[in-house]
Amino acid sequence: MTRSFHPLPLAFAAAALLAGAAAQAQIKVAVLQELSGAGATAGTNAKNGALLAIKEINAAGGILGKKIEATVSDTQSNPGVAKGLATKAVDDDVFAVIGPTFSGSIMVSMAETKRAQIPNFTGGEAASITQQGNPFIFRTSFTQADAMPKVARYIATNLKAKTVAVIFVNNDFGKGGRDSFAKAAGAAGLNVVADISTESGQVDFAAPVLRAKQANPDVVFVYTNEEESARALRELRKQGVTKPIVGETTLTGQKVIELAGDAANGAVAHVGLTVDAPNPLMLKFKAKFYEEYKYISDHNGIKGYTGVYILKAGIEKAGKLDRVAVAKALHGLSISAAKVPGVIMDVSIDDKGDLDRESFIVEVKNGKQEVKETLPPLNKK
Amino acid sequence: MTDFLQLLFSGMATGAIYGLAALGFTLLWQASGTINFAQGEFVMLPAFLMLGFASFGAPLLASFVLTCAVAVALLGWAFKRGIADPLLRHGLMPIVVATIGLAIAMRNGVRAGYSAEAHPFPSLFADKLFNLGGVTVTLADIGTLALALVLVFATQAFLQKTVTGRAMQAVAQNTDSATVLGINVPRMIFYTFAINAVLACAAALLITPTYLAKFDMGEPLGTKAFFAAIIGGFNNSRGALLGGLIVGVSENLAAAYISPTYKDAVALVVFMLVILFKPQGLLGRKVERKV
Repeated sequence: MTRSFHPLPLAFAAAALLAGAAAQAQIKVAVLQELSGAGATAGTNAKNGALLAIKEINAAGGILGKKIEATVSDTQSNPGVAKGLATKAVDDDVFAVIGPTFSGSIMVSMAETKRAQIPNFTGGEAASITQQGNPFIFRTSFTQADAMPKVARYIATNLKAKTVAVIFVNNDFGKGGRDSFAKAAGAAGLNVVADISTESGQVDFAAPVLRAKQANPDVVFVYTNEEESARALRELRKQGVTKPIVGETTLTGQKVIELAGDAANGAVAHVGLTVDAPNPLMLKFKAKFYEEYKYISDHNGIKGYTGVYILKAGIEKAGKLDRVAVAKALHGLSISAAKVPGVIMDVSIDDKGDLDRESFIVEVKNGKQEVKETLPPLNKK
Repeated sequence: MTDFLQLLFSGMATGAIYGLAALGFTLLWQASGTINFAQGEFVMLPAFLMLGFASFGAPLLASFVLTCAVAVALLGWAFKRGIADPLLRHGLMPIVVATIGLAIAMRNGVRAGYSAEAHPFPSLFADKLFNLGGVTVTLADIGTLALALVLVFATQAFLQKTVTGRAMQAVAQNTDSATVLGINVPRMIFYTFAINAVLACAAALLITPTYLAKFDMGEPLGTKAFFAAIIGGFNNSRGALLGGLIVGVSENLAAAYISPTYKDAVALVVFMLVILFKPQGLLGRKVERKV
């Protein structure tokens, strides 16, 4: 058998080699988000926000002259899958990981990124995420431990309430929030008269709402994921609860308003981020996001978007593409929105990876979030 | 007492919908010996079909009618020809496994092809509240319960009072004799599948405003409906409704008076008690049947 010489495969091989070299010159970022399952709403928004930021940064010339190359994967809202995807991202030698958003998922997946010394940005709000001494974890939102004192103070001072019933979802996110809230409520002189657990994915909220009603509190505090929040709001309205309904972030999210309809009107929440913030950069973000995806972003979209810009600020501060140096540069970094418009609001990151910035009290009116008050950053009070 | 009634009524509205889905289980079992573990997904798919038709501007009832037509073709005819007919001759196990597979395929098909997010769904009933002696009920609760009752009894009446219905029962009881009597057996079995598809559409119409249209909404629904069918009696249509109501109400009462954590376990406990002490179900008859 004789072999003839074929130049074509060789050319392909050479092209592949060149392409490989070109890819290495880019900054690889893995976007691991909840694109299905219980966290689909949150994760999809976070992914869209992150991809929008990446598109903008690439269009503007990238970071340190290098473009960002993003890969998107779905954790299915499942911590096991999230951990597997994080391991895969490590194998792919990514420079940074964005996500997952669910606290239960990031708690297990961040072990992988920590081991590989990869900066990992998360929108998860469970307080414990940054309490493990992981130098590579960075938040894109408030922790429950930071947010709940603001909520409790608002309930006690502004609403002049003495008693509160808590409806929470029995997962890492809900339990963490409930614990932080209970602590903050005690400090603010609030008495928790009913402590009601619900299941993730629960459909019928008749029983929990009834128990809240029986306790006859001054305020009902609802801390569940998006779909359950909508169902809880509907049931609260149905059973004629007229007491103020207060939440933290999720309760007044766009998706919740869309799902709950009229029942969402009147709900009040503390939000770290809202597209309706009285801030020109935020309005610009809202418009850009809408143009790209044809719907209004929720706070998770902002988290994904600003997370990428925080990474950019960190790389630029470090001045080189070195993961450890970038993580070090991010700790203690204060980023001003005037200099880096992509972070939207002035933000400072502490040595644990927690961040601090202004926040808002919003109320749902006619199916829209309206900002009632702007609360100053915690360490500036 | 009003609290109890509140829970009772709210549970009955949910239970009636479990009953509708459970009715599908019992119908298919009676007519063709098929156990359809994709029953929950048979409710999920019409919900998305209705949303699809509505997005083209069709009013809710028109999209419901269109959806029923598509469902009869897809979940009735295609399901029977594609899965039930070829597999049933090999016994029950292949069809059980196949429908579980079908359920997974439908869930992930909708997730990949449409969206993994929850979507709001318009309610058939106006957003009205009534106060009956301290118990708050919505028009949707009353309407759901009433419609579900009407559908269950209409199905039952159709099976017992009409010639076609009796022919269908004859097929269910003894296929060979039915054939000898000149009954078109395949057609009767198709009717059952078609009725099941329409009932699933009705369940989707009633349940989706609360469940929200989501690719995995059928999973808990299918499980609860299966429990309901077993509790009520797999070979009795009214039993399905009774089973559904028992599951819906006991869930609510357990969540309020025992612990919300055990809400989902209660249906399972009732299910096991029934299996242990009255395996034919509360309203079911003991029958020897060939499969």
